[in-house]
Amino acid sequence: MTLQLNWSQAKTLFQRLGSVIGLLLLFIVLSVLSPDFLTTGNLLTVLRQVSINALIAFGMTFVILSGGIDLSVGAILAFTGAITAGLMAAGHGMVLSVGAGLALGAVLGMVNGALVSWGRVAPFIATLGTVTLLRGLTLSYTQGSPIPVTNPGFAMLGGGYIANLIPLPVIWMAVAFILCGFLLRGTVFGRHVVAIGGNEEAARLSGVRISPMKLAIYGLSGLLSAFAGVVLTSRLYSAQATAGAGYELDAIAAVVLGGTSLAGGRGWLFGTLIGALLIGFLNNGLNLLGVSSFYQQVVKGIVILIAVLLDRRQ
Amino acid sequence: MAAQLVSMHDIHKAFGPVKVLEGVDFELVAGEIHALMGENGAGKSTLMKILTGIYAPDSGTIQVDGKPVSITTPADAEKYGIAIIHQELNLIPALSIADNLFLGREIQRFGLLDRKAMTKKAMEWLAQVGMEKLDPDTRVERLSVGTQQMVEIARALGQNARVLIMDEPTAALTEHETTTLFKLIRALREKGTGIVYVSHRMEEIFALCDRISILRDGKFVGTRPVPGLAFDEVVKMMVGRTLEARFPVRSSTPGKVRLQVEHISGGMVKDVSFDLRSGEVLGVAGLLGAGRTELARLLFGLDKPSEGRVLLDGDVVTATNPNQAIHAGFGFLTEDRKAQGLVLDLSLRENISLPRVPAHVGLVDRGGEKTQTRGLIDALKIRTRDMELNVSALSGGNQQKVVLAKWLALKPRVLILDEPTRGVDVGGKAEIYHIINQLAEQGVAILMISSELPEVLAMSDRILVMHEGHATALLDAHGATQETVMTAATGGH
Repeated sequence: MTLQLNWSQAKTLFQRLGSVIGLLLLFIVLSVLSPDFLTTGNLLTVLRQVSINALIAFGMTFVILSGGIDLSVGAILAFTGAITAGLMAAGHGMVLSVGAGLALGAVLGMVNGALVSWGRVAPFIATLGTVTLLRGLTLSYTQGSPIPVTNPGFAMLGGGYIANLIPLPVIWMAVAFILCGFLLRGTVFGRHVVAIGGNEEAARLSGVRISPMKLAIYGLSGLLSAFAGVVLTSRLYSAQATAGAGYELDAIAAVVLGGTSLAGGRGWLFGTLIGALLIGFLNNGLNLLGVSSFYQQVVKGIVILIAVLLDRRQ
Repeated sequence: MAAQLVSMHDIHKAFGPVKVLEGVDFELVAGEIHALMGENGAGKSTLMKILTGIYAPDSGTIQVDGKPVSITTPADAEKYGIAIIHQELNLIPALSIADNLFLGREIQRFGLLDRKAMTKKAMEWLAQVGMEKLDPDTRVERLSVGTQQMVEIARALGQNARVLIMDEPTAALTEHETTTLFKLIRALREKGTGIVYVSHRMEEIFALCDRISILRDGKFVGTRPVPGLAFDEVVKMMVGRTLEARFPVRSSTPGKVRLQVEHISGGMVKDVSFDLRSGEVLGVAGLLGAGRTELARLLFGLDKPSEGRVLLDGDVVTATNPNQAIHAGFGFLTEDRKAQGLVLDLSLRENISLPRVPAHVGLVDRGGEKTQTRGLIDALKIRTRDMELNVSALSGGNQQKVVLAKWLALKPRVLILDEPTRGVDVGGKAEIYHIINQLAEQGVAILMISSELPEVLAMSDRILVMHEGHATALLDAHGATQETVMTAATGGH
């Protein structure tokens, strides 16, 4: 069998491979510039750091593919993390606390979905509103001070290792990637996400029920953000009211770097993983090279702009 | 011989490996209406985009007034007096007529907008198209499509256009607006404007145009003067073969009553009742704004009826969204296939299975989906190399067949077709008519909304005529004529 690609497929493939090529180039450059870069320890550390952003960005990919945006991911992360830690501090078990945190994240996401679908509020505005609301709730709940976690089993979720080598968050990232990838490519749900982003009216007229779909899409984003919150809380042994500030921008950057169109209807999950890795390795490399954190932001911003310019569609 | 305005010679253009134009010639003289015809995908739009500077040709020459010119940007085209009126109108709805007319070339005084001067000039320009009664301060969104088109033409003329390209100008116009437009086009011809008229509507072209140039598969077939030209010859030049019949004959007769609509009202629609039998094609005729699409929307659960009820095979149907309507057995091919019918970035396969993806408990059944898609591509003779191709790459006729395929996959009991052949070429039309007949023969009840009277008359068993939301006549198609339908459509009796 010969591999036949038509013109548009070839073009899409090339555009998509851009982010992979970028990651490879970054890898090569950093390996040459810093002897500490290409070590198992360093690479696994970066993967662990990336995992939080990747989890959020996977959910964000669904939202953006459907033509929306979710600015509330960082706030959901902080609030659900605080509730989870608070429940454990009050003496509840780990399973119940984590379960409640995840369920809360999904529900909060669905609230976003309800605002967007039934409330007909633009996703940007709706989720901007929930950010402020949730940040306020988190501050009231924690009274501004961190909630410490002592449960040793819980601490494993974000701090544990498999075979004393691979950090558990990396495993969560891999599992979430496989599940989300399957959800997107292998299920009717995933098909409908892309169809809504491509042409919501056509999807609606084809019998796709837009409102329940949006509830589910934002709910998924909320769930993954809450999971990231659990992992982060576990890793830090405490929940902080200000956790996750600015995470929404990193997640959106990962999605866009990965080649998913902000207009919706076009994109892939693998690209998001690559995008998250790009951001993670860039941060790591700049650290290793001793670039001040002020300039790191500048470099990151420039890289994102260049990537988006290169990826610009006609 | 009038002065030659535009001459394009040996134009070639390819997009990647796809050759869209291969050595096309086109010539326009002053004071003529020149039709450009060809099936969808023949290269008409590309040729016109080259003439208006949107695409650059790979090779070939363009002359304006006998002098070779290079047109590489829309600004170049404007400089040579070439303007295009697009099928999709390019006005900004929230701005006034005057704002639109001067968009990008606002008259200024000391760096500020000179509204007085623009309003005055706008009135002059509108007078040129016979629209002197319009107030230039009216916002464009409040104008009918026909009037918006006049504003676009006024803008082109205001910029001293001598070559006016019109792409399917009558597609969204009422009869009356069409008459007004034709009057204007003829008046422009008298003034020496050269008009390129791109359309699929044969009747219009024969009534209006002086010459016809025909493209087929990116190649130039020929230019013929209209007087003395036979309809069949044009079709033959376009499709490269003789079509057996423009409207194929259906062999079946309607069966038992399938759909009963009883005194339904809602929005524009007022107290409409009719029956539709299985295997019957009920044409719905009427002017633009008569409430035909609104009637379809009520049936499909998109709008809520305020009164009346709908029965399908004897059972009352209350669909409050398309999903429920689809489950009840309705299919709805909408009039605007790009905005409402297709997800352009998805493949044929994904579009066709959108209403019901072959799946087991939510997991897509790829094999079943491919088999279903292949079956429908074959059954509807959709011309594509690959079911994974984005539908945006297909011609209008093939896109319309994809929308049809989408509904056929569901085996609907009632299929509503809203302008099923809009923007579809002659060959594609005949194929779609053939599909409609086959569906009727299989017992599907078809409600066919159409603004093309010959189509309604030839394809329907009966014709429901609407006027201002009311059903003004229910005619037997065999006894009906264009006149009887138009009388009912304009509210006469």
